[in-house]
Amino acid sequence: MSAILIIEQVLNGLQFGVMLFLMAAGLTLIFGVMGLINLAHGSLYMVGAFAAAAVAGATGSFVLALIAALAAAACAGTIVEIVVIRRLYRAAHLDQVLATFALILIFSEGTRWVFGSFPLFLDIPDYLSGPIALPGGIEYPLYRLALIGAGVLVAVELWWLTSRTRIGIQIRAGENDREMIAALGVDISRLYTLVFAMGAALAGLAGALVGAIQSVQVGMGEPVLILAFVVIVIGGIGSIKGAFIGSLLVGLTDTLGGVFLPELFKVFMDVGAATQTGSALASMAVYILMSVVLIWRPTGLFGMRA
Amino acid sequence: MIGERYINGLVLAGFLAVPIWALAMDEPFTITLATRASVLAMAAVGLNIALGIGGLVSLGHAVFFGLGGYAMGILAHHAQTHAALDLGFLAIEGSRSMPVIWITAVTVSALAALLIGLLSLRTTGVYFIMITLAFGQMFFFFSISWSAYGGEDGLSIYVRNGFPGLDTLVPIQFFGLCFTALCAALLLHWRLRASPFGMALNAARQVPRRVETVGLNPMRLKLLAFVVSGAVTGLAGALFADLNRFVSPTMFSWQLSGELIVLIIIGGVGRLMGPVIGAALFVALEHFLGGLTDFWHVWLGAILLLIVLFARGGLIGILTGKDGPRV
Repeated sequence: MSAILIIEQVLNGLQFGVMLFLMAAGLTLIFGVMGLINLAHGSLYMVGAFAAAAVAGATGSFVLALIAALAAAACAGTIVEIVVIRRLYRAAHLDQVLATFALILIFSEGTRWVFGSFPLFLDIPDYLSGPIALPGGIEYPLYRLALIGAGVLVAVELWWLTSRTRIGIQIRAGENDREMIAALGVDISRLYTLVFAMGAALAGLAGALVGAIQSVQVGMGEPVLILAFVVIVIGGIGSIKGAFIGSLLVGLTDTLGGVFLPELFKVFMDVGAATQTGSALASMAVYILMSVVLIWRPTGLFGMRA
Repeated sequence: MIGERYINGLVLAGFLAVPIWALAMDEPFTITLATRASVLAMAAVGLNIALGIGGLVSLGHAVFFGLGGYAMGILAHHAQTHAALDLGFLAIEGSRSMPVIWITAVTVSALAALLIGLLSLRTTGVYFIMITLAFGQMFFFFSISWSAYGGEDGLSIYVRNGFPGLDTLVPIQFFGLCFTALCAALLLHWRLRASPFGMALNAARQVPRRVETVGLNPMRLKLLAFVVSGAVTGLAGALFADLNRFVSPTMFSWQLSGELIVLIIIGGVGRLMGPVIGAALFVALEHFLGGLTDFWHVWLGAILLLIVLFARGGLIGILTGKDGPRV
């Protein structure tokens, strides 16, 4: 076990974490501001990835593909918000879970209908491919490093948007008292549509960025969606800071657990049993982390209310 | 508008009539579909005890369904390979007998529900939905990576387990068994709801604080409901595994937990027969729409959306003209 391996895995964990953050930030904003559980967020991630793969296939430009992903996911988000989601803000959580579960079915099967069941591929552009040498003799894929950078950049922008701009003030006010800000002349339903579209665009961006290192296929959104839920529940629903810290925790736990738990068990077990137990435990690690956090703090690390 | 009592009677009669008609017309596949519907209905009846009466939106009931399934799978696997399950301090013989499997399934899932309930019920609202989902995922990933019992590929059981006095491989006899189990679950739900416990639980869903003020412990009421609910769903899981003669990690998947909720909503939340109607319609849609198009989930999604947006009380709500309890 070398230091290089550890640093590489930490970087992998961070990369996974910041991509989760792109998903989790939208989810947590949507829940914080509108009080909506959106299971269909993973579908918007998938829409982004498919739009990117389709545009990259047609034009060969990665930048255009990213723009297409943002635009397609934001459009899909806006339409879904206006047609369906808007009717659910005052509904019970059960209705929200169900309606957005229905949206998943429609999005997934609809995409399969249009694009077929075979995975699409999105290539990393030449200027971002290949390894890069980091100090200490570590070779690390440039694209993954760029993902970490992009994620951190989005996090900073979101922080700036919510704490330094007029829209951000309205969003935060909407979390606290929607009637009061409506009375102050803010068009609340437009604000909601905007927040939803913004969350959707972030999910679409994450889908496109991750789509370049994995395959783009139907159902790619659900595993990420569930992890993003784990993230926002750990961080405390509604908190961007919580989502960021939660994402990194989950990303690191998942990646490092998968590599190091089997190694750890090898110390006192035979190799076969250690690999088995270690990988079983590693795949459950983030959920165990979440249950421990919830049992310790029933509203998450930075959550204010249930 | 029709009274709920008549709807309940009609649904049960229909559930019996279809397989009997299929028997007369010699269409064993229809009997299998009816069996599938009654087993899914039973799983959802289990969930409806926690969800409909107790207001506990569990997105992790697949845990109990899967545990019931694996109870059957593991016992039958050991009977099939003639190797006892060695736990170090005791060796458990496998079994091919349904009653033994059922008792195991109910015990295991009740214990799991007790443990999960104790931990999850500390949270409420969305956090409860999410923590139950997390437990579901834990079991899902555990079953995938535990290769001793098939891992991702699941376990096949070659011969359906036996029940004293019945030939379970005859579709109509197995249907009779599953339908009886479903009726028992319905009876349990009905008796439970009318009992002092059910009343208190119903009150705990609506106004927990008042329930506490009169000296009852809402937490304990909910925990008991969760355990009973998990046990019923676990038994349904064992039957489902026997129906397919196959268990796999998909029985633990969160989509299955979602589908169980879907069944309840289609029929009507908190209604005795809600899950039964939901399951019958679900299986019928799956069969007919699935035969018409590979993409039948799109239509299922659309139907669900319409029900959530425009028919909050589900089908029973439409037929009786009354909204169900709010959850």
